[in-house]
Amino acid sequence: MTARRLKTGGRIDRSRELSVKFDGKSLPAYPGDTLASALLAGGQQIVGRSFKYHRPRGVVAAGVEEPNALVHLRSGDRHEPNVQATIVEAFDGLISTPQNAWPSLQFDVGAVNGLLSRFFGAGFYYKTFIGPFGGTKFWMFCEHFIRKAAGMGQAPTLPDPDHYEKINAFCDLVIVGAGPAGISAALAAGRKGDSVFLVEQDRDLGGSLLSEPVGAPSDAWLAQARAELSDLPNVQILTRTTAFGAYDCEVFGLVERVQDHVLAPEEGKPRQRYWVVRAKRAILATGAIERPMVFAGNDVPGVMLTSAVRSYLNRYAVLAGERIVVATNNDSAYTAAIELAKAGAKVTICDLRQAAPPPFVESARKAGIDLRSGHAVLKVSGGKSVKAAHVVRISPGGKIEGNATRIACDLVTVSGGWAPALHLWSQRFGKPQYNEELDAFLPPAEKGTFSCVGSLVGSPSLRDTLSQGHKAGGTIGKEPALFGHADHWGRNLAPLTVIAKANGRTPGKAFVDFQHDVKLADIDQAHLEGYVSVEHLKRYTTSGMAADQGKTSNLNALARMAELRGLAIPSVGTTTFRPPYTPVTIGAVVGHDHGLNFRPTRLTTIHGWHKHNGSVMIETGAWLRPWYYPARGEDINDAYIREAAHVREHVGIVDVSTLGKIAVQGPDAAEFLNRIYVNGFKTLPIGKLRYGIMLREDGFVFDDGATTRLSEHDYFMTTTTANAANVLARAEYLIQTAWRDLKVHVTSVTDQWSAIAIAGPKSRALLTALTGAELSNDALPNNHFADVTIAGVGCRLHRMSFSGELAYELYVPAKRGRQIWEELIAAGAPYNLKPYGLEAMGALRIEKGHITGSEIEGRTTLKDLGLEGFASSKKPFVGSVLRKRPVLEDPARPSLVGLEIVGNTSTRAGSLLYALNAPTKGHGEGWVSSVTYSPALKMNIALALLSRGPERFGETIQVVDFVGNQTLQGKVVSHHFFDPEGHRQNG
Amino acid sequence: MLRIPCPVCGLRDETEFSYGEDASVRRPDMNEADQKVWHDYVFIRDNPRGPHKEYWHHVSGCRQWIVVDRDTLTHEIFGSALACEVAA
Repeated sequence: MTARRLKTGGRIDRSRELSVKFDGKSLPAYPGDTLASALLAGGQQIVGRSFKYHRPRGVVAAGVEEPNALVHLRSGDRHEPNVQATIVEAFDGLISTPQNAWPSLQFDVGAVNGLLSRFFGAGFYYKTFIGPFGGTKFWMFCEHFIRKAAGMGQAPTLPDPDHYEKINAFCDLVIVGAGPAGISAALAAGRKGDSVFLVEQDRDLGGSLLSEPVGAPSDAWLAQARAELSDLPNVQILTRTTAFGAYDCEVFGLVERVQDHVLAPEEGKPRQRYWVVRAKRAILATGAIERPMVFAGNDVPGVMLTSAVRSYLNRYAVLAGERIVVATNNDSAYTAAIELAKAGAKVTICDLRQAAPPPFVESARKAGIDLRSGHAVLKVSGGKSVKAAHVVRISPGGKIEGNATRIACDLVTVSGGWAPALHLWSQRFGKPQYNEELDAFLPPAEKGTFSCVGSLVGSPSLRDTLSQGHKAGGTIGKEPALFGHADHWGRNLAPLTVIAKANGRTPGKAFVDFQHDVKLADIDQAHLEGYVSVEHLKRYTTSGMAADQGKTSNLNALARMAELRGLAIPSVGTTTFRPPYTPVTIGAVVGHDHGLNFRPTRLTTIHGWHKHNGSVMIETGAWLRPWYYPARGEDINDAYIREAAHVREHVGIVDVSTLGKIAVQGPDAAEFLNRIYVNGFKTLPIGKLRYGIMLREDGFVFDDGATTRLSEHDYFMTTTTANAANVLARAEYLIQTAWRDLKVHVTSVTDQWSAIAIAGPKSRALLTALTGAELSNDALPNNHFADVTIAGVGCRLHRMSFSGELAYELYVPAKRGRQIWEELIAAGAPYNLKPYGLEAMGALRIEKGHITGSEIEGRTTLKDLGLEGFASSKKPFVGSVLRKRPVLEDPARPSLVGLEIVGNTSTRAGSLLYALNAPTKGHGEGWVSSVTYSPALKMNIALALLSRGPERFGETIQVVDFVGNQTLQGKVVSHHFFDPEGHRQNG
Repeated sequence: MLRIPCPVCGLRDETEFSYGEDASVRRPDMNEADQKVWHDYVFIRDNPRGPHKEYWHHVSGCRQWIVVDRDTLTHEIFGSALACEVAA
């Protein structure tokens, strides 16, 4: 192939040369070029090596369907693999390198695979990795090398320096594709006043019209249409934008390549922008992709799609060959052939139809073309470039006749008909219908809120295309009328694309899927092995499974399968189309939603104080909470043990603002609480609070917390931090569906209240001094609350204990949270008040045997947790019936116990429990749920769920941490390790 | 992504909602004591192909539970109503 740039023509800006490099070599490029057109203009025939056989490959197409020309683009942290050269716009400073070739493109060691091709056929992986060396170990070893040899580009290893953004949009109409049909639709709909998104993957509007010769009649119309569209404020034109997915309810995913066409994004601009567009209706004008032919050597560099060769000629002024054989089965190749001849090439048309329509025959003759009707290309010879086409006669029945004639040439263009780009339609609606006359799958012109126009529905002429667009858009304004010979639909098609000998074989490798190196013989083999379904065929041969998703291969693969099975194509069907239409950068979908921005971080109003005072924070759900406050030189263990011990001796405060808080209000609030808690709430007097437990409908424990009765119809519920949203949602569900008879409202007030726990023997003295309130045991007994004032701020003081010490929870209007915390810190100095974090809080509650999310983990019942005594027998409550299922009453179920760990080593939550002399196999007799070092007991302790646990107090068992590979022993004890009678909290 | 009509807020993205359960199922009366009845309510569900009534919660919106008529095959949504007005 001896491609060259023509002196004139093309839609390129010859006033400025760009520096574009491939494999270290400079290519002649101008603004308007793609990397592929620059490669052709620079005479670069081989642009890559194939996936399996490392065969030399050249550019085949001029658009998104390109299977071969995959390159590494840019370098360093902007390195990008598997980029199609046909869609990369040439920019100054462009650096690209070949991939999958070693040591070089010209000489690739991997090409030896071609000789071994019979071992790399369909189902290679399935068949090869079995035996013979005992198991799969040997093959696991080989896999490393096989994967290295078979492959695409190298993934980037450095962090992406660019940023991406997301945008949400709404409109009346999305039009995908701005060729003649899409533009015509956008004009009509835009004039009507609809809000329109016109989405075009190319840099320019125009579609197939951009491949018309410069100065063609369509140029004037296009210029006028562009001007009118850009004057319509209700039409949003998105170029360099791919509609990659069509989803339910007319939602479209688009990626706009904002700054992909420059060396590096301009300051402040995103590299790409991900659009989620919600439309009322859609017009698809996505065009069609030319279908290759399958014959021996159809992958030799210099075999290209006819429409692509025409694009290179007219849009980029690159004549891809001097002596050209045009192989076709339809009318659409004639325009290209004639233009190529006019540009100076010597052209032979091999039309496998017995006769082309007379006007085409005449034009071809006039242009000096050697027209051979009833002929097909059986084989292309040449290794690294096309040397000759071997042409045979085709009988009217489609069989080859006689011997092949050799035609020396440097370029073979193929046109096997057209495959509508129905991907988006099919993503949305499923299987399309087969049209026999056009030998293609077509979407219907109308379905639901979707209209399909133009080549996508096999529009026979440019005039029809424009008219369809005009109607679909809303028929407003003058209908555009253009008559051109650029009728892209391949009319009068003979449905034959596979050229093989009488025995069905090809004289050399013939490829169906170029990108995944799937040969015609692989399809035949899969058929011989009994594959029937196209979905299985696809996966077994991997045809259509590469990055191009079979844009050029799917139809030929199914046509072959249909032929082998003796069926019509519709009986064989198509495979399923799924998003994305073309590959999408993960970065674009992620946008800014990564790292800390993945979701909002929730901070308590006291957060600033914690940070300022050196707290180490921990994530609990979306919240950041103080974990521990290390003194100089302390690690986490030193810190939490000190903090926990301090609480038991003096007084400590901890920020518990993250607790879920729900206002339960209304005349039936008590009845509501009575139904969702296992224990009774109807008798709770005003001024008191009560610990309550909720079950799920299936009888397992759901959540726990305290609920306070503030007044007659006003209750204040707290939930665990983790379950706050679930409890509220469940309460709303019941109130709005099954319990509509209850007059009650639930409202989240989590963000309205800061909460501070004050715990320790000196807490009463501190709070009395600070509030001036009477807080004696008689005035405020445990489980009561009092309204207090601190620094003029009205607060609610709940006396309750999670630590087991004399303790209070102070509820403060959220905006005053930090102020009151600081008042406490200041007033606490004489009492040796210290803050403590989540880790110390955990140590204190484990010493007391209180449960948290580690024990309420969805698999535990009231009985398992030793809380059955809370369940009222006088009333039904959520889960009251199903908690008594026989399987949940099994006495062998693991139940909550304490473990005193023997020795000085701590165990880990998740460790499994085994009897002392039992083998440590299987799931054991239970598991450890929470662990801590207990400063009060001066030993390592744990909460655990152990089969028949409470019957086994005093028994020593094995505690096995399979993750940390550690076996310890633990003595089974009551989980109420510390002050089981509660003297301290009640005193 | 589905677009779900909320009777209070209008047409909104699916991401604002969370799915609840089959809305044709009625929760047994609080005083129901038969385990079989509760078992069937909690665990036994049809998996229909076609029209389906389902509960969705407008979690990031008005916090209302709604009953949505949706075709499980085509994902077409025919309409919705407030659960507090139409719940089974």
